[in-house]
Parts: sequence; C-alpha cells; structure tokens
Amino acid sequence: MQTEYNEKSQSSTEINDNQAAPKETFKVISPGRMVAKRFFKSKLSIAGLIMIVFVFLFSFAGPLIINATWGYKELQVFRIERISDMVTTADFVGPDGRTYTYFDKSKTIVHFKAPPSKEHWLGTDTSGFDIFTRLMYGGRISLLISFIVIFLETIIGVILGGLAGYFGKWVDQLIMRIVDIFACLPGLPILLILSATISSIEAIPAEHRIYYLMAFLTLMGWTGAARIIRGQILMLREQEFMMAATTTGIKTIHKIFKHLVPNAIPQLIVSATLGLGGIIIYESTLSYLGLGVPFPRAAWGSMIALADPSKGQEILANYPNMWVPAGVLIVITVLGFSFIGDGLRDAFDPRMKR
Amino acid sequence: MLNYIIKRLLLALLILIGASILIYMLSMLMPADYIDNQTAAALQSGSMTMEDVMRLKQLYGLADKSFKGIMKSYFSWLLSAFSGDLGHSFLYSKPVTAVLADYIWISFTVAFISYILQIIIAIPMGIKAAVNQYGPYDYTVSVFAMIGTAFPSFFLSALLMNVFSIRLGIFPLLGLTTATKVFGPNEHFAIFLDKAWHLVLPIAVLTILGIGGTMRFTRTNMLEVLNSDYIRTARAKGLPESTVVYKHAFRNTLIPLVTSLSGLLPSLFGGAMITETVFAIPGIGYMAYRATIQGDIPFIMGYNMFLSILTVSGMLISDLMYMVVDPRVKLS
Repeated sequence: MQTEYNEKSQSSTEINDNQAAPKETFKVISPGRMVAKRFFKSKLSIAGLIMIVFVFLFSFAGPLIINATWGYKELQVFRIERISDMVTTADFVGPDGRTYTYFDKSKTIVHFKAPPSKEHWLGTDTSGFDIFTRLMYGGRISLLISFIVIFLETIIGVILGGLAGYFGKWVDQLIMRIVDIFACLPGLPILLILSATISSIEAIPAEHRIYYLMAFLTLMGWTGAARIIRGQILMLREQEFMMAATTTGIKTIHKIFKHLVPNAIPQLIVSATLGLGGIIIYESTLSYLGLGVPFPRAAWGSMIALADPSKGQEILANYPNMWVPAGVLIVITVLGFSFIGDGLRDAFDPRMKR
Repeated sequence: MLNYIIKRLLLALLILIGASILIYMLSMLMPADYIDNQTAAALQSGSMTMEDVMRLKQLYGLADKSFKGIMKSYFSWLLSAFSGDLGHSFLYSKPVTAVLADYIWISFTVAFISYILQIIIAIPMGIKAAVNQYGPYDYTVSVFAMIGTAFPSFFLSALLMNVFSIRLGIFPLLGLTTATKVFGPNEHFAIFLDKAWHLVLPIAVLTILGIGGTMRFTRTNMLEVLNSDYIRTARAKGLPESTVVYKHAFRNTLIPLVTSLSGLLPSLFGGAMITETVFAIPGIGYMAYRATIQGDIPFIMGYNMFLSILTVSGMLISDLMYMVVDPRVKLS
C-alpha cells in the first residue's frame, strides 16, 4: 500500500532518469515493517515490551525452573521453625489500691510467615507457601485470564459490531440498544453478584470458577470492541474499495469479514492491548475480595488481600514481603500493556500520534 | 431540539428497563439470599421449619424462582419503583431510598473533593505537557500519570496505610470517626475535623488514581487544538505564546473537558466501592458491598438501578452539553 523511498534513492533517481537503476536504489518497505519500525522508535513502547516479556518469562518459565531445580510447586507447604517472643501486658488494680502492670513474656514456635531467606527469597506466607513461587503462579492466572477474555471480547465485538455497522437500519438499532444496555450496567457490582452466585453454588467445583470468571468478564466488556468495529465499518463501507468489492459480486459475509473487518484490525489491536490492563485490575480486585480464583490457588489479588486491615494489621504493618511484590507486579503488567498499546496506536497511524 | 431531547429520553427509558430486567434476573439467581443466611441457624436448631422460611420468602416475593415467578415479582418491583419506592432493605432494616439518602453524602464528599484536586493538578500539567510535546517534562509527567492509573485501588490504599497510618502514624487507619474519642454535643467543629482527618487518605487514593486520565485527556485535546489553523493565525499575528496557549487554545480544550465531566456522574454519586471498603468508610459503596455479599436483594436492586440511572443520565447530559458548548455540533 505504502512505499517509502530513502533519501539516497531520491537523489540518485534524479540523476539517472531513464535507466533501470531503481532496482538497487530504492527500498520498498511493507506496511507491517513500517509499523514495526515506528513502534521500536519509541522508547516507551520498548520499555513496555521489556516489562511484559519479563512478566511472561517470570510467570511461565519461572515455575518450570523452580520445579526443575528445587522440585516444588505452588502448593508446597514449608514449616520453618523460628522462635518468636510474645509479650502481653495487662493492667490491674491490686488489693492495695495501686495499679500494677502485668507482663507475660513467652516464647512461641512459629512455623509460618518466615522472613526472606536464601532458600525463600520473599519468605513464606500465612499458610507456609513460598511467596516467590506463588507470585509466578499468580501471574499465570492473571495473564491467562486477561488474554482469553480480550480474545473472546474481540470476537463477540467483531461479529456483532460488524453486523450492526454493515446492515444498519433495524439490525444496527437492535444490536446497539443491547450494547447500550450492557454498557450502562455497573461493572464491579454486577461482577460481585455473579461471582458471589458462582462461589455459593456447591455443585460447581472450585477449579471451574475461573472459567465462569472469564465468561463474566467477557460479558461485561464486549461492548467496547463492538462499538469500535461498528464505528470503523460505518466509515469504511462508504469508501470506493467497497464499491469495487460490491461490483465483483462476492457474498455479503465475505464483504464484511474479508474486506471491512481487516481494515479495522489496527484499531482493534490497539484497543485490545489497552484493555488487557483493565481486565487484570478487575480480576485482581475480585481475587482481593475473595471472589476470584479460589484458595489455595495463588492470585496476585488474593496475595494483597492478606494485608487487608479489616482482618488485622499484623501483615499490613510487619510483613510487606507478603503483599508488596504482588502489587508491584500488577502495576508493572498494567503499565507495560498501556505503554505497548500507546506505542502501537502511534505506530499504526502516525496522524493520531499524540 | 425538543424532539431530539424527547427521543433521547424515551431511548434512555428503554435502556433502563432493559438494564433493570437484567439486574433483577441476576440478583434473583443468587442462590442464597438474606433470608437464607439469617434463618440457616434457626433451621439447623429446629426452632424454625422450612415452611416458616418459605412463608417469609413469600412475604417478600422471593419464593417463586421460576421464570414466571421472577417476572411477576419483577413487575411488582417495577411498578413500585416508578412511584419512588425501591422496597425495604433487609440488612439495614430501612427503606432502600432512605439508606441511599443517608450514606450518599459521605461518598459524594470524598469523590467531589478528589475531583476538584484532580482538576487543579491535572489540567495545568496536561497543558504544560502538550506545549512541551516530547520534551523531558512531557515524558516525566506522562509516565508518572500512567503509573498512577496502573495501580489497583486496594494496593495503593494498603501502601498509603502502611506508610502514613502505621509507620508515620499521621492519619488514622480505618473508619470515619475515632471510636475511642468522646465528643460533647456541641463540638461540631471537632467532629468535623475528626471526620476530615479520616478522609484524607481515601481522597488521596482516588486523586492519585484519577490524575492520569484527566491529564492525558487534557494533553490530547490541547495538542489537537494547538495544531489547528486558528492557532497558527494567532501566532502569525504575533501574539505572545502565553496568550496563544492560555487564551486561544485553552478555551477550546474546555469543550471536551466540560462534556467529559458529566460522564463522571456515576462515580460522583455511586461511591468508590473498593476504596471505601478497604478504609471501612460508611459510604454508599461500602454499604452496597456488604449488601451484595449478604444477598440483600432489594438493596442490590436499588443500588444497581441507581447507578444505571446515573450512567444513562450522565451520557444524556454530556450529549446535550456538547451542543450547548460547541455550536459546530449539529443534531442528528
């Protein structure tokens, strides 16, 4: 579609006009490579890419390395004995009318909540699980959920948005009103209702809850993709190449999904990349509230939930090694996706560059 | 104009009825509702029989879980909702509208102050970043703004609590009032100060999370305006750069900003569910969270419908505002 001449070629074509020189002197760059070139020019998109690659390696290759070297997985319980001083004080009024303070100092043996050590880089948590390993498995869950959900959302959005944009009239009216209804539902409260329902039905095994979670997240998020596709198709279907496609007499379904939708793909990729971070935040919020991935499976959100001050301040105050790393990983992942999304948007369409 | 508004209002009504059917179905599908939770112990000990429980449910229209039964109770809910009666909350033993009215103001205060702060901080930052596009200031501010939006609210809350409440001990950890302090009946100012002190951290969380979005929005719009023809004209006239930026360009940046503000309606009145829950602040979001967990169906229904109404009216207002603020926009 687009060709780019480099500076050298321009000057040399001027000199030898009617010779067959162009073969050597100018370079045709495919649109895909131009996008890649523009993408890698931006420092932020490279930073985002590095962050995402790191998180992927950490969560998918990390567990394999741990398992191969030390031979344990996410649910291995470590009982590390350490002696902890416990001091309790109480005031009481003695028979002589004076106030005495009573100290009770005892030594207890604690097995869990080990501090960071050589064997366990981030220590162990309240159940004796190795935190560093659980971070990896939690990352798997978050990344997997976000990619599957975005994929499903995009497919539903492409089909419904494509139909609405192409046919217009009552099809458009019907589909867009459904989109409106879903878009006006409050996201988090509805997800809470759905997750609470699923976790209280005993017939559903706990391991299957994650699939329901994905379905719910998709249900609440597909409207964005549908709107984007519809808008793009409304614009594209009036252009000349669609007239050309119509004159060749191909099927409507091919016109929509072979000629219109591919032209909307850059927009879709950008919105999908920017959407990944949002899904990770939703998923971790549900896990934080105990309605996401069920215990004992690890999730970043439920690891941070250990610090919930309504359950006692001990972990929030004294064990930052249990909850800070999970939060930092969430921030890195979400930030990485938004850097890449921004970079892609600028690369696909330099005119939109902001 | 009037025709357009009427058409939009009817459409909004249609959307809301669709949304209410969905929400009603969903909340009726919850297998354990408040009555189940409350009567479970009595059933176990034998002081209540299953018939008693069913009679209770019948009383509240929760017994029939078939499609027909749900539709029947939905229509009776819809009829009373139109007359302004959203039913009776089980958990708070008050009418739903009264609970909403009682707890909404604390959420509104928190959200309102944090929006004012966001605007004060983010808009000048966005303008400066747009003027110095791709400069070091632009990069630093953009990156920090994006980091702010990447935080989940509960993690940011936990971090701030750890630093400011536990380590430094400046701000209280949880709640809206200090439980150990006793105030006299006339110490209104002291009570106010105590509450304000408890709200500093939640407001800070909401502000930090929101600055990024507003700042980037301002920056994008400012860049668009700065590249337009009339700005070139203004510069060609030899106006000082500050007049061009702050007088000519900034005014047109306000158009999308003003219209986007009406989209904030749900978050302004609907409460910040997670932040309020983490800080245990009795705002509407915290109340709704507790009601959802305990299966208080009338309150769940009322709260979610309230949010849907806010969303729909926010969209409506922002479309109308667009026409008022920007004369170039024509009705379709």
